[in-house]
Amino acid sequence: MKSTFIKIAAVATLACTFAVGSVSAADYPKKKPREQSWSFSGPLGKFDKGQLQRGLQVYTEVCSACHSLNLLSYRNLADLGYSDDQIKNYAAEYEVQDGPNDDGEMFERPARPADRFKGPYANDKEAAAANNGALPPDFSLLAKARAPERGFPTFIFDIFTMYAENGPDYIHSLLTGYQDPPEGTEVGDGLHYNPYFAAGEALAMGPPLSDELVDYTDGSPMTVEQYSKDVTAFMAWAADPQLEERKQRGFIVILFLLVFAGLLYFTKKKVWSDLSH
Amino acid sequence: MSGHSTYNPTSGFGKWMDARLPLARLMHDSFVSYPVPRNLNAFYTFGGILMIMLVSQIITGIVIAMHYVPDANVAFESVHLLRRDVSYGGTLQSWHAVGASLFFFAVYIHIFRGLYYGSYKAPREILWILGVVIFLLMMATAFMGYVLPWGQMSFWGAQVITGFFSAIPLVGETVREYLLGGYSVGNATLNRFFSLHYLLPFMIAGIVILHVWALHVTGQTNPTGVEVKSKQDVIPFTPYATVKDALALVVFMIIMAYFVFYMPDYLGHADNYIPANSNVTPAHIVPEWYFLPFYAILRAVDFNIGIPFTEIVLIDSKLGGVLAMFGSIAILFLVPWLDTSSVRSSNYRPTYKVFFWLFVVNSIFLGYLGSRPAAGIWIPLMKGSTFLYFAHFLLVMPLLGFFEKPLPRPASITDAVLGKDGKETAAAPVAAE
Repeated sequence: MKSTFIKIAAVATLACTFAVGSVSAADYPKKKPREQSWSFSGPLGKFDKGQLQRGLQVYTEVCSACHSLNLLSYRNLADLGYSDDQIKNYAAEYEVQDGPNDDGEMFERPARPADRFKGPYANDKEAAAANNGALPPDFSLLAKARAPERGFPTFIFDIFTMYAENGPDYIHSLLTGYQDPPEGTEVGDGLHYNPYFAAGEALAMGPPLSDELVDYTDGSPMTVEQYSKDVTAFMAWAADPQLEERKQRGFIVILFLLVFAGLLYFTKKKVWSDLSH
Repeated sequence: MSGHSTYNPTSGFGKWMDARLPLARLMHDSFVSYPVPRNLNAFYTFGGILMIMLVSQIITGIVIAMHYVPDANVAFESVHLLRRDVSYGGTLQSWHAVGASLFFFAVYIHIFRGLYYGSYKAPREILWILGVVIFLLMMATAFMGYVLPWGQMSFWGAQVITGFFSAIPLVGETVREYLLGGYSVGNATLNRFFSLHYLLPFMIAGIVILHVWALHVTGQTNPTGVEVKSKQDVIPFTPYATVKDALALVVFMIIMAYFVFYMPDYLGHADNYIPANSNVTPAHIVPEWYFLPFYAILRAVDFNIGIPFTEIVLIDSKLGGVLAMFGSIAILFLVPWLDTSSVRSSNYRPTYKVFFWLFVVNSIFLGYLGSRPAAGIWIPLMKGSTFLYFAHFLLVMPLLGFFEKPLPRPASITDAVLGKDGKETAAAPVAAE
């Protein structure tokens, strides 16, 4: 029985491989994301707080000109290691609308930690209008929403290697992947060639980062590569602020279940030892 | 199998209660003294796992419903605020979403086990049919549950699947409008799907009770396929099956916890992290993995069926695809009568066994095809694979019963067990009958 099954499986696998090889030419992205090593990958992964703070700086000074962060509140920045006062000061830089007051009027006031991050535009229509009709996506979940398929058979190995960073890998590759189009490739007006882009060969966003663009104070290299890694880590945190807690909790849960399974295994063995089956 | 009860209440209250509502007696007879074949293997533990999965989905679902807002404007955000701001909310939401996937994983093993060991054959036809009804209800529940987070795949999945109903001749469009509560997927759709998603699991629970009842009337099959003949063939459910099912359940939960805590997004689709937008169609609309084989069958029919040499179309490709897809599930209802072999277990059917494993591999391959776009080489592969799927039920099952020469079967379960081990190691406790 087993050998028959293995033969059948082998034939099916070959058929799959052949089939996959013969199509997929026209699919995007043209290049697979470059895999990076992230501090938050693996069973005990943790965010690097310094990196998240630098990422926030890049977001604040560069990305937030176009991209909103709607699902997060300023208070969430406590995760990055900031004190209450630091968060209050950061929030107070922004003016948000509140009201109506007792006179029935809406008014502006400095943002408080409990407020959501203030976006650059009043609404999606305004955002699109300001960007040639291309709506800059919200950052809150982007590190989870932009995760290209890994394809067969990689997606099977991913289960065992615990690979769950396809979103961050994609974003980092995209941010650092702008280049001149190859000969013969015509890129439309207002579009920028990028072989890592998932939905075509060029995208509306121009290269947002350049060397020395943001002044780091902790001595980290001020390069596109470093900016990109930092802001990507920040986006990974924004999309999954519970990541550390989740992984620690999982470690304990699985450890408990393993011990429990071991005890049950011996109990079962003992109970069944008095009969052949 | 269901002989007289051995329940013997000792306390005064137990006796008083037993004379009025013998609930404890029912539980005792069903889960303590209930006799099970002594030779069940690990594949027989999935029934218990599925029961716990149903309970787990209902409990997590009820708590999620306390935080979820079924309104097209805020549904997406309410799910993500649950994940971010509610204590244990992220774990809870992942447990429910991953749980749905693993529920299907377990049910597929359960169904394939039934097919392999001939669990559908007389006298278990009703037991099998109830199982297929549960499977159908699970599919409806899972589909509607997937719509609730109101992401891009939720929205467009709802668009595609409710579109099936518009393929029905004459009344199709009307049926679809009733389903959607309007002319397109919108707030009304979300509201009624939420209501139905809350209702259906309890209907599943009801059918599960019938399923277990039918099981306890006929008794379980076993790997030999030979019916229970004597007290030596069976052992009491508790402690033997209880401890074994518990072990299997915990191993299953380890797998589930791995996904919940370490790869919560692996089994889902990235596009569902984008809020639903009726103006932007995703590049590829694909259902969750557990629907992919059926999605491949749906798209395998890309041709009209009409009267040859005329222009008359009897079944257009859309209706044809929908019929093939529903047919691929409906055909399961007929399995007890399609299989003509008198031998129950595939262990003693050398030819059928090969076809069974071919069917398993083909089903997995259909799933892979379901995730591919309907273009290029994928279309002929989908057609071939769909043909093999139906051929298994309509050709292999009916014909093999006549041609296949089965292997000799043991006279009884005890014979099979003792023949293997030589002798009884100790006096086995005898189950109640």
